[in-house]
Formats: sequence, C-alpha cells, structure tokens
Amino acid sequence: MKLTLKIWRQKNAADKGRLVDYPVSDISPDMSFLEMLDVLNDQLVEKGDDPIAFDHDCREGICGMCSLYINGRAHGPQSAVTTCQLHMRSFKDGDTIYIEPWRAKAFPIIKDLVVDRSAFDRIIQAGGYISVNTGAAQDANSIPVPKVDADEAFAAATCIGCGACVASCKNASAMLFVSAKVSQLAILPQGRAEAEQRVLNMVSKMDEEGFGNCTNTGACEVECPKGISLTNIARMNREFLGAAVKA
Amino acid sequence: MSKLNSKIPAGPIDKKWTDYKDHVALVNPANKRNIDIIVVGSGLAGSSAAASLAEMGYSVKVFCFQDSPRRAHSIAAQGGINAAKNYKNDGDSTFRLFYDTIKGGDYRAREANVHRLAEVSTSIIDQCVAQGVPFAREYGGLLDNRSFGGTQVQRTFYAAGQTGQQLLLGAYSALSKEIAKGTVKMYNRHEMMDIVKVDGKARGIIAKNLVTGAIERHSAHAVLLCTGGYGNVFFLSTNAMGSNVSAAMKAYKKGAYFGNPCFTQIHPTCIPVSGDHQSKLTLMSESLRNDGRIWVPAKLEDAQAIQQGKKRANDIPEADRDYYLERRYPAFGNLVPRDVASRAAKERCDAGFGVNATGQAVYLDYADAIERYGKIEATKMNISNASPEKIKELGKAVVKEKYGNLFDMYMQISGENPYETPMKIYPAVHYTMGGLWVDYELMTTVPGLYALGEANFSEHGANRLGASALMQGLADGYFVIPYTIGSYLSDDIRTGKIPTDSPEFEAAEKEVRDRIEHLLNTKGTKPVDYYHKRLGKVMWDKCGMARNAEGLKEAIAEIQEIRKEFWANVRVPGAANEFNPELDKAGRVADFLELGELMCYDALNRNESCGGHFREESQTEEGEALRDDDNFAFVSAWEFAGDGKEPILNKEELVYENIKLVQRSYK
Ligand SMILES: Cc1cc2nc3c(=O)[nH]c(=O)nc-3n(C[C@H](O)[C@H](O)[C@H](O)COP(=O)(O)OP(=O)(O)OC[C@H]3O[C@@H](n4cnc5c(N)ncnc54)[C@H](O)[C@@H]3O)c2cc1C
Ligand code: SF4
Ligand code: FES
Repeated sequence: MKLTLKIWRQKNAADKGRLVDYPVSDISPDMSFLEMLDVLNDQLVEKGDDPIAFDHDCREGICGMCSLYINGRAHGPQSAVTTCQLHMRSFKDGDTIYIEPWRAKAFPIIKDLVVDRSAFDRIIQAGGYISVNTGAAQDANSIPVPKVDADEAFAAATCIGCGACVASCKNASAMLFVSAKVSQLAILPQGRAEAEQRVLNMVSKMDEEGFGNCTNTGACEVECPKGISLTNIARMNREFLGAAVKA
Repeated sequence: MSKLNSKIPAGPIDKKWTDYKDHVALVNPANKRNIDIIVVGSGLAGSSAAASLAEMGYSVKVFCFQDSPRRAHSIAAQGGINAAKNYKNDGDSTFRLFYDTIKGGDYRAREANVHRLAEVSTSIIDQCVAQGVPFAREYGGLLDNRSFGGTQVQRTFYAAGQTGQQLLLGAYSALSKEIAKGTVKMYNRHEMMDIVKVDGKARGIIAKNLVTGAIERHSAHAVLLCTGGYGNVFFLSTNAMGSNVSAAMKAYKKGAYFGNPCFTQIHPTCIPVSGDHQSKLTLMSESLRNDGRIWVPAKLEDAQAIQQGKKRANDIPEADRDYYLERRYPAFGNLVPRDVASRAAKERCDAGFGVNATGQAVYLDYADAIERYGKIEATKMNISNASPEKIKELGKAVVKEKYGNLFDMYMQISGENPYETPMKIYPAVHYTMGGLWVDYELMTTVPGLYALGEANFSEHGANRLGASALMQGLADGYFVIPYTIGSYLSDDIRTGKIPTDSPEFEAAEKEVRDRIEHLLNTKGTKPVDYYHKRLGKVMWDKCGMARNAEGLKEAIAEIQEIRKEFWANVRVPGAANEFNPELDKAGRVADFLELGELMCYDALNRNESCGGHFREESQTEEGEALRDDDNFAFVSAWEFAGDGKEPILNKEELVYENIKLVQRSYK
C-alpha cells in the first residue's frame, strides 16, 4: 500500500508544532500501525532526519503506553483496540492518515506524539488503593465475593490508563478513568472501609489536575479500547453524593 | 574452591526459612528512616519490594523507564499465578509445589530457594486479594483455580487472561499509597545507566532523565535491580519493546556474576511470525493448552497442501490428524512443560508438517473443548437432546468466558476466527531463567546490590513452569527481601547519607556521558534496529531451541563482528539533552550485543541438555533431552574479565538433599 501520513511534529513543550506530510510506500496490510511508523522512522534516521517520537511498549494492548489520535479518533478507526493492536488492513491503498497526539490541558505534550499522563498517577495516589500493608492480610478465601461482583470489579479493573477517554472527550474529562478505579474498589467488600474517603479524594484530585467536567456525551465509552462502561460513572456519582452528604 | 557463597541456612528444608527469619538481624524503625534504598524497576518485583520496604520505614526511590510504574512488562502476563493453597483439595502442598518446580526446572535450581518460594506462595494470594485484586471466583464466592503445564494439580489463580495486569495494578496501588505518603519517591521516564560502587559496595546509581536527557546521581545504602528479563536479545520475543538487559549488564561489569545466561524459555504457544516488518511476537497464554489440543496433519501431503493454501485445517479428517503431544507424552499430553512442547513443535515442523505458508506453525484446536463444555452446560441447564448447534453455542460461551480476550487478540492479529478454525501457533522467546547470580538473601556478588524477579537467575532452574514467574516476582518483593535486606543494612545504621560528590560518582557519571557521546558521534549509516535484527537472527538460529558446539562458536565470532560494526557505523540521530528514544535504544542494543556473546559462551560450556537448553550432542535415541548430572549439576556464574576478554566461569554446585535427581519424563 501507498499512504500519505500527516503527522504532528513538535520539538518540545515550548514549540508550537505543526502537521508534516510523509508519503510511505510498500506497506503490508499485515503490519501493525506502529510497525508502519517503525519503517518510516528507520527511513528518517537513514536520511539524517529526526524520527517521530511516539509512546509504546507492550505492543499487545495491555500496558496503556501507546496513544495516538488517528483520523480524528483515539486509537484509530476500530473500536475496542489500542493503537498498537491496529493493523494496516484497516486502511486502504492511497489513504491519507492524520496522526496527532492526545490533546488535553492535563496531558502536556513532551515531543511530537508523546504526552505527559502523570496526572493519572497522581489521581491514583490520592486514593486509588486499599490501605493494607504487606503481611497484614487474612486468608484469601475468608471473605467470599459473589461471582457477579467479582466479575464486575474485574471489568472495571481492566482499564489500562491510556487516556483515550480524556482525549476523546470535548471537555477532556477523566471521569471514565477515575470511575473505573472507584468502582472496582467500591464493589469489593475489601474496598468498602475506605470507599467514602477514596471517592472524595480522587475526585478532588481530578479537578485539581485540570480535567474538565463530565457532560454525559458518552464519547469516552465509545473510544475506550477496553470497553469500560459508563455505568462506572453513574456508580461513582452515587458514591460521591453519598460520601459528600456525610462529609 | 568456589568463590561463591550461597548462604543457604542449615537445617531441614522446611525449617530453613523460618529459622532464618527468627534469627536475621533487624533494623529498628528509627534507624530505617535514615536508610536509603534504590529500587530500579516497577514491575511485580520492584513495586512489591518498594511498597513493602517503604511500609517498614525505609526511605525508597523507584526508577522505571516507562511513563508510569503501572506499565512495567509484568502487566502483560496472562495466564495466572501459582500458589500451594490446595483450595481444590486435589493433593497440593508446599512440598508438591517445591517438587514440581525443581523437576520442571530440570534439576538446575537451588532447593532452599525453591522451597521458600513454595512456602510464601500462599501469602501472596492473601495479600493480593486484600489489595482488591479481582481474581476469578466460583459461584460460591470462593477463588477459582486452573491447571498449567508441568503439574497435575489445579493451583493457578487467575483473572481472565489478564492476571499480570491485575497483580501489577495491585502492587502499583500499594506503591502509590507509599508515594502519597512520601516514603517512596518515584522517578518515571528515568533509566538507570550505571551502578556506583564505593569501597566495593553498591552505593547508588547514575540515572538519565529520558525527557530532558539530564544525567543524575542518586545515592543509597542498597540498590535493588528489579529490571526484568532479557528475551529481547533475540530481537523478536514476547517481551515489551523496551525490555532490556542494560541494568544487569552494568551490574555484571561492576562485578556481579551472571547466572546461567543461556537458559532461555521458548514458549510453545505464540502467534507465528508473519513477515520481515515484525517488531514483536504475541503470546497466546499457556492456559490455552488446558483445553486446546495441539496437532499437525499426519500425512505429509496434507501438510504440503495446507502450506500451499489448497487445504484448510477443517478439511483434514480426524483420523489424519497427529496429536503429537498426546501421542508422545500420554501422561501429560498437551500439558507437558514448555520446553518439551516447544521442541516437539519444532521437530514436527522441521520434518515438514508445519501448517502455514512458511511451514513454521502447528494447530491449537478448540473444537473438542467447545463440544465438551457445551454438553456440560446443556446438562446443567437440563436441556435433553440438545442439538449439535446448541451444544456448540453453549460451549463457545464457556470458552469465551474463560479465554475471550485471548481469542479476540488472536483474531485482531491474524484476521482469523479461532472459534471456528484452529489457531496457528509456533514457539517464541518468552522468558529468561538466567540472570544475575544471587545468594539466598537475593544479594549479587556485589555487596549491597540485590536482584529480584526475572532479573535474577534463581528459582526456575533450566525451565520455568507456567504461572511461576508472577509468584516469584511477588515472593521476592513482598516476602523475601523485606527480611533478608535487614541482614545487610543492620551494619549500615551509622553510615549516614552517602554523598554523591565522591570521585566514584564523578567517574561513573563521566563514563555514562562518554558512552552517550560516542553513540551520537559515530554518525554512521545504519539505524540501531539493523544491528539488533542481525543479532537476533544469529541468536535464534544458533542459540535458540537447539544448539551445538559448532554453531555456538560461529555465533560468538559473528556477534563480535556485528558489535564491531555497530560501534563503527551506527547512526543515532538527535542530541543528548533532549527526549531521544533512538539514543536510549542504541544504549540497550549495545548491551544486548555483549550479552549475546556471553549467552553463547554459557551454552557452549554446558555440554548437556537440560530444560530449555537443548544441546544436539546430548539427546536420547528418541530425541529427548539428556541431562548430565555427573558433570553439570551446577549453576554457571560468569565473571566479567574485562572488555574483549573471555568471561570467567565460576560454579555453584547444586546439592539435592530432598529430591532425587531423575531424568524428567512426562510420558
Ligand atoms: C506475554 C507474557 C506473558 C506472561 N505470562 C505469565 C503468566 O501467566 N504467569 C507467570 O507467572 N509469568 C508470566 N510471564 C512472565 C512474567 O510476566 C515476568 O517474568 C514478570 O512479570 C517479570 O516481572 P519483573 O518485576 O521481574 O520485571 P518487569 O515487570 O519486566 O519490570 C521491569 C521493570 O524494570 C524497569 N527497568 C528495566 N531496565 C531499567 C533501567 N535500565 N532503568 C530503569 N528502569 C528499568 C522497567 O521500567 C520495569 O518497570 C509472562 C511474560 C510475558 C512476556
Ligand atoms: S477508561 Fe478506557 S480510555 Fe480511559 S484510560 Fe481506562 S482504558 Fe483508557
Ligand atoms: S503499546 Fe502497550 S497498550 Fe499499546
């Protein structure tokens, strides 16, 4: 396949940045999207140009490191996959592909397509855990957890922290990400003890980090590669109201 | 006399760890606050160690090269984690887990360490559940288990096909809790560039801020390397793109011995290579072998027709299929250990029976499992005379529940639907049993320098059993190092802060800067990947699933040549003081180029077959691996002798007091 790539180039946080055209050819449909960028980068290096910086690590859709806004969609045209799982068979010969970074005030650009998502870490640090020290736990089977609850907690816990929800929201809200963690720990009996303080702390940190408000557009759920459900946001809102009343 | 002291406590095997804990020196809480510990790596081993040590009161710094500790490669582990809970009442016990691990490792692991691992395994599950790790459960609300290769009990705890993710997020949450308290300071997007030794002890590291390129000095009383495995020396592996050997290599050059570098695990169930552009390989969890059946056509003409695209799997009648694992190993069938399964696949493909265009693939078939589960469901739901379609539908739903995400992943990569047609799989490099040599306390041969998790060589011998790496990483971090580190640090309570303006830090920093300059100033013609791919090919062809003396000698010469070319002609763009991933990659590949050679020396020296290490010169008439306990029942601990010099071999003899050495048989 032959393609025209229009890629966001930005030297560093201070630079203004712009879209640059890169024609590529000999792209196999079996290549992954990131392998296509690898090929382009090797060509750029051989020519003495600066390769395109993008984040990636596991390349199997689990670490949450890859990002990319492709033709106006977070993680590209397919639903329920990350950019690293996207294959070129999703594109046609002759296509023009726009490749841009996540855009959100809380995710400043580092270089080209790489952004700083450490705000997510700070939200987790504000309360996304159960305070149990090593060695202090009782036998794992001493508290039974109904299978439906365990499954629901698991579904929420599969969030990979990629930030696509934020990038695809017109308000750059982090509600889906935050609610996934709040839900996981609120559903499990082990997490109930700290549930109220947790939701208050995490929500207040989220606001402080500069993420926008949720106006229920639902774009996040559509673009989330892990299918994290909006019901988590509803649950977080209930948890938050319940806790705020008591606080 | 060996220079190695493994510090194995005296006494009976099941008392050693308890006795050790009862007598090890402690550091009192007031003193802990004045002791700094550096943890490099935030995977299961690093995060669990850092969180536990911080909870105890030590002052901890953690480094990882990703943008968040949650992205360490442990996140990608799929299948599960072992623990001798015996919740299934199927005869499991600490001894059995100990025995299975020693046997699975083909009698090349240290008894005392493995027994300790089996002992603490149960506490890991307790800890993770308390943290909110959502393991799979049964309808009664209790934890579910499944079985894994190399065992006959069900002791594997899991969270769908994302066990590593859930465990790592648990450890990450524990770490986050300590970061919030200020007891851990986290350095994301930082790479350790070298170890700093002062008076023979590890006293800090030189790190690079990968965003700004700034070179930083960090001091500590002890340094823990939890930097993962080095499978990427093969270029193609199931490891993440950034996984590397650099930290271990730096330690090796500073005097830490490298244990069994050639022990590599080639995993039998990966998605086959599709072309030259390929950047990594994807594992299909071993748990799939629980229910899937592996086969190739029994007739060569059928295999050839498939290779040419003229026939498909479903065209081959049952009678003409060769379920070669069930045929060769009736007792374990599809659940033989990984090394055995991988070699058997290679044997069939080398004989011409492979099932894709390249002839390098075998089938993993779920049709029988779908039918079996379908029938069970139909019975449960009281449907008598269920139609085959209904049974298939019910069966598919069960398989989807158990393996859905793996099947989706397969579909995404291959474009084929595994619910309808068998998957194609082929072995790929997956895990490295070798790593830094450590004693019972997890200390390397450099005082104050520890290695945990996949980065050390310890519990898996010559072959790791499935679901045991997660167990080991968390055992090391949560339950071993918090005790053993006291034995060293109790001598350090009066040392005070380690200054970073000493000549040792000065010299280490200069070395790091010089190397970066060298890489940038070479300004050759070929990108880093060009050399990495060449190295990978040599390693896969000559130090992969089967090895022989002649090939290994050739490989050593070839790697030396590639290394020379790399340093003379690599092209690294950009500058030192900016975000420059190509430069970081260049540094890592440079280290792989040294490791590859070391692995070949080790493989050459070990003229026996054991576990994942198969020397063609040492096999039975039936082509099974042949161990040589008289000559090779030892750990190879390699000592750096200087650049361009052959490394020096030290041996730690392995003494088996509780398990009798026998040739492994899964027949
Ligand atoms: C696809 C896949 C599936 C697997 N499935 C299973 C399974 O089902 N069950 C099982 O038991 N095992 C499984 N394993 C093996 C297991 O996941 C790993 O062995 C284990 O997670 C390793 O953990 P670790 O903490 O030692 O290292 P890692 O998780 O690899 O962490 C390494 C850390 O070190 C950091 N690092 C490395 N070098 C540097 C440096 N120079 N400077 C700074 N930081 C550095 C990285 O940033 C990272 O944080 C699987 C492995 C793979 C690849
Ligand atoms: S909720 Fe979905 S989109 Fe948002 S960070 Fe988690 S996985 Fe990514
Ligand atoms: S690179 Fe890990 S999720 Fe894409």
